[in-house]
Amino acid sequence: MSTATATPAGSTTMAQALNGALRDAMREDPNVLVMGEDVGTLGGVFRITDGLAAEFGADRCLDTPLAEAGILGSAVGMAMYGLRPVVELQFDAFAYPAFEQLLSHVAKMRNRTAGRLPLPITIRIPYGGGIGGVEHHSDSSEAYYAHTPGLHVVTPATVADGYGLLRAAIASDDPVVFLEPKRLYWSKDDVTPGPVEPIGRAVVRRQGTSATLLTYGPSLPVCLEAAEAARAEGWDLAVVDLRSLTPFDDETVCAAVRATGRAVVVHEATGFGGVGAEIAARVMERCFHHLAAPVLRVTGFDIPYPPPMLERHHLPGVDRILDAVARLQWEQ
Amino acid sequence: MTLLDQPAGPSASVWPPDAHGPRRDPAPLLPDPEPFRLLGTPAADKLDPELLLDLYRRLVVGRRYNQQATTLTKQGRLAVYPASTGQEACQVAAAAVLREDDWLFPSYRDTLAVVARGVRPVEALTLLRGNAHHGWDPKAHRTAPLSTPLATQAPHAVGLAHAARLRGDDVVALTTVGDGGTSEGDFHEALNFAGVLNAPVVFLVQNNGYAISVPLSKQSAAPTLAHKAVGYGISGRLVDGNDAAAVYTVLAEAVEHARSGRGPVLVEAVTYRLEAHTNADDATRYRTPDEVEAWQERDPLAVLERHLRAHDLIDDAGVAAAAEAAEELAAEMRAEFHAEPELDPMSLFTHVYAEPTPQLREQAALLAAELAAEADAR
Repeated sequence: MSTATATPAGSTTMAQALNGALRDAMREDPNVLVMGEDVGTLGGVFRITDGLAAEFGADRCLDTPLAEAGILGSAVGMAMYGLRPVVELQFDAFAYPAFEQLLSHVAKMRNRTAGRLPLPITIRIPYGGGIGGVEHHSDSSEAYYAHTPGLHVVTPATVADGYGLLRAAIASDDPVVFLEPKRLYWSKDDVTPGPVEPIGRAVVRRQGTSATLLTYGPSLPVCLEAAEAARAEGWDLAVVDLRSLTPFDDETVCAAVRATGRAVVVHEATGFGGVGAEIAARVMERCFHHLAAPVLRVTGFDIPYPPPMLERHHLPGVDRILDAVARLQWEQ
Repeated sequence: MTLLDQPAGPSASVWPPDAHGPRRDPAPLLPDPEPFRLLGTPAADKLDPELLLDLYRRLVVGRRYNQQATTLTKQGRLAVYPASTGQEACQVAAAAVLREDDWLFPSYRDTLAVVARGVRPVEALTLLRGNAHHGWDPKAHRTAPLSTPLATQAPHAVGLAHAARLRGDDVVALTTVGDGGTSEGDFHEALNFAGVLNAPVVFLVQNNGYAISVPLSKQSAAPTLAHKAVGYGISGRLVDGNDAAAVYTVLAEAVEHARSGRGPVLVEAVTYRLEAHTNADDATRYRTPDEVEAWQERDPLAVLERHLRAHDLIDDAGVAAAAEAAEELAAEMRAEFHAEPELDPMSLFTHVYAEPTPQLREQAALLAAELAAEADAR
């Protein structure tokens, strides 16, 4: 597949990596077009589309009216005519007006037309908390999307994945909900441009022998931090970054859980009916005889996202993760 | 800093804002005060007789199509059928004004328009037969799938029309919405996007008086639904939806208007649903026989036939010939629908994604095993 041409080497933020992915995709394929609120002149409220209007023109980096169903709905028509729209829905909770278009049309069009109208649309949604956002700016809405057949749901947790997964999403002939962890936008790393892999594979970010943390997106750095802290307790924790919620990589997850016999799922979305419940069930169904303890979940509380001055109590942190690890029936 | 202290923007003249400037579209903003009519007016004498005869034949076929689909539903061959009986003028005109490379974005009641685009009834009706969600090749017929969630296909029409314009194609998209559908948010967003993008789209609102049981008076306080165009800065037209010549003319003008880059058009066609919402509905609960009878007088097929006979443009033989052509379609429908559809349970997994996920492969294997066990048991 294609390789990066313009991503700056050296110390790169995830925001820059995402911007580079959009730019490279637009350079390579004239059918790729970016659209959404404030994506043009402003470059997006998080500057992910910075400079694209200047390079590619207003028609390919389209400032739309402020109406999410209209944005996604018109992207459907554009994709029907052969374009590959990359839609930006400005914030997690502002994506909800587009929900009907997403569920009733975007997710189903390939299926209901027996493959005749695939919709290669990438729907970028900045998501999650931890940035001091006021109400409606910090939702973790991945479970809604992951529950919907026909959508791929991916979320990068590293700068390199910000580039690679977004390129893969744009290259996909299926609609992809691309969830960008807002609080990782300014995380920095070195990006070595490489071949773009198709979406659907989890990666083990940290090898370990005691227990396995299963996580994704904004919770990955928290889990890695917890794994470091756990060494003082004598635990050597493995950390798996799911990267793709749909398709789900049972193979990598199960191998990582079987290797340790203990697992904790960590995400900041509310727990009830969440992605963690699905993961715990899948692990239980597939790895039961390898487990020394029930799979535990560490998630946000089952509450509406709290106001910024209280959000630290809601978000899973290192201590809450270590407390869960401590409950993995070590006495046996 | 107060609002008054704020420095002026980059432009020296800040009033009026851009969008408050003169309209790009030269068409009048306010719709026609009365529905545009041709049949029964002096202007009708100047109409091309061939066009009228063609519309008549299409209406006869359309009426027969509605009758046959209704019968097939009673026979259990369709799961449900929302008839367009009484609205055939809108249905056939919507298809007749489009070029082959134009696109139609229909709602669930618009299968007749789909058939008029050249799709076979057995493909147009798969959704309602229940053997598949969708039957025809949308790209081959430039006709989008029937949209059941109301007005949600309207933004698709805008996006496709805009994409065509970006590609340099002079393609027009026409989408059909009902009176109830104009209350939906997607209708509003589509009209707004179309206005802002100056997209070559025609919105045809078939105002048939009722959204299932709810009358127009409870749907909107607008003087007409065509007035809804005003707020988007696009042109609105009001037409008698039971006057086939008028609907054809107004829609043809609207399509030409959009194609030439002058902007989108909202057309409200005032018509009436002579049948219930679907076979599952009981229209006597919300409307009187007198009302239905009054509209039967204005049946689009009867109106056009009266005009043709009055102007000696058709005789009994011509009427019989049109009916015969319609019978051919009805016979084709009976033959197609009385045969059992071919069903492949494994196809459930084929088109969820371009490539099935590992999870879908597992579930497909489960169903395959169930099917094998069923076959063994037989």
